[in-house]
Amino acid sequence: MSTTVVERVGSATLRQVEYVGALVIQIRNALGAMGKTLPFVGKRNRWRSAISQMLAVGVDAFPMVAVMAICAGFILAMQGASELRRFGAIQFVIDLVTIGFTRELGPLLTAIAVSGRSGSAFSAEIGSMVVTEEIDALRTMAIDPVEFVLAPKFLAALIVVPCLTIISNTCGILAGGLFMHFSVGMALSVYFQNVVHSMILRDVLTGLVKSLAFATIIVQVGCLEGFRVRGGPDAVGRSATSAVVKSTFLVILADVGFTAIFYLTGGS
Amino acid sequence: MTPAPQAPAIDPVISVNDVVVSYNGRRVLDGINLHIARGETMVLLGGSGSGKSTLLRQIIGLECPQSGQILVNGVDLAKSTPQDLKKVRRSIGVAFQNAALFNSLSVEDNVALPLREHTQLAESTIRLMTWMKLAVVGLGDAGKLSPQALSGGMKKRAAVARAISLDPEILVFDEPSAGLDPIVAAELDELILGLKRAFNMTVVVVTHEMASAFRIADRMAMLYKGSMLAVGTKEELQSNPHPRIRQFFDRIPDPIADAAGMDQYFQRYLEGSSV
Repeated sequence: MSTTVVERVGSATLRQVEYVGALVIQIRNALGAMGKTLPFVGKRNRWRSAISQMLAVGVDAFPMVAVMAICAGFILAMQGASELRRFGAIQFVIDLVTIGFTRELGPLLTAIAVSGRSGSAFSAEIGSMVVTEEIDALRTMAIDPVEFVLAPKFLAALIVVPCLTIISNTCGILAGGLFMHFSVGMALSVYFQNVVHSMILRDVLTGLVKSLAFATIIVQVGCLEGFRVRGGPDAVGRSATSAVVKSTFLVILADVGFTAIFYLTGGS
Repeated sequence: MTPAPQAPAIDPVISVNDVVVSYNGRRVLDGINLHIARGETMVLLGGSGSGKSTLLRQIIGLECPQSGQILVNGVDLAKSTPQDLKKVRRSIGVAFQNAALFNSLSVEDNVALPLREHTQLAESTIRLMTWMKLAVVGLGDAGKLSPQALSGGMKKRAAVARAISLDPEILVFDEPSAGLDPIVAAELDELILGLKRAFNMTVVVVTHEMASAFRIADRMAMLYKGSMLAVGTKEELQSNPHPRIRQFFDRIPDPIADAAGMDQYFQRYLEGSSV
């Protein structure tokens, strides 16, 4: 039976609303389970699980995040310099790179890297657990799968993604400095003096708040896609792809929201 | 199909009352009634698609029925509080068809998991209890191994060790002999019987392996296309004249719809290959 365009649009909209609702409920359950993951006050072995997730999400992602940030720093500095040079304002490349990275590029590049690496890994891991009945086994043992599987990943991401963001900012700004040094002969000490001058605490904090929100989106979407796997190994593969696509899209959507709030609250 | 009548068991630990389960409009369980007595071994029999695994998932509380009631130790699983459901789940040990061991943990950590999650015992005590459970199933030396290093039979045994780690009242097996050779399957049957005798557990087994079913069952329940055909002792089911039960026990295949067409196809194939 063929469906009208209105029916198709309607059912697609309902599916997305249901997805967002399921995501919100999962975030609420994960926040409730965080207490049992903390060291000293949580359940035994949860904190150990969180630490191993920090190594997987953070330490293993560090080379990729650093390289992406260095490349983006060079690109931003070069493109900015080629235009600003025409107005005799090449020194404003420093402001461009510093503000660009602390407000936007640092958190965004980090989120994209972590989404591709860890978001897909989470959904594949949990999807495999669904297919092999390991999630069912947890439930029959009266162990909450969100508490056992998701909460350690969530805590790890909340700690590690802001750290990666700071690394991303540092690498990007450093790349801009190297460009200015080799292109216009600016001394690195002068460059970094101007970086400190143009860096605003509000921008740094905004970037870190964004990184926390992006970490939440990446972990929750990755894990939700995994929990929703139905079928065999091909479904696991599809969930990994879906996790990366959806989390990247939602990260950018959230970034739009943050940017709008930033400017509406008087950011310059 | 009208469910077959059965005499209610004395002191039923599990009661399934008029349970109906549907998936996407298709009725998978149709008014199932079943009572499992404390300390007995109930084997759920049936062909593929008969609904026995669905019934098992209802009994262990992984899903809720559309209508009807499932009572475990008097607790209605669909209407219980989260605390009551947790208590019921701790009283049931489940060994899944593919073992469902966590590959990120060693065998002994898999078995110790319920103890670490639900007790405040010291780690040394947990390790001792874990070794004892592994020894009971014949895996006393395999604790440090990873699940990937185990054979199929060893994985099933490890799954049983994990299922009994909290000394549950009820032990549930989903296709315990699936994928095992006859010798290993027979060893697993003896393990199930030994556990039941030693710990006086109620055992529920889903299987279509007739040899295992006859070895371990006190009573059997036969399902067909979501309906309960009969419940009774091995002798009662063996002498039941219902055509589907006779077909299942005597291993008679369903007639092929187009037998003449199949014969012609094979004939042409053989003539073509001999040219």
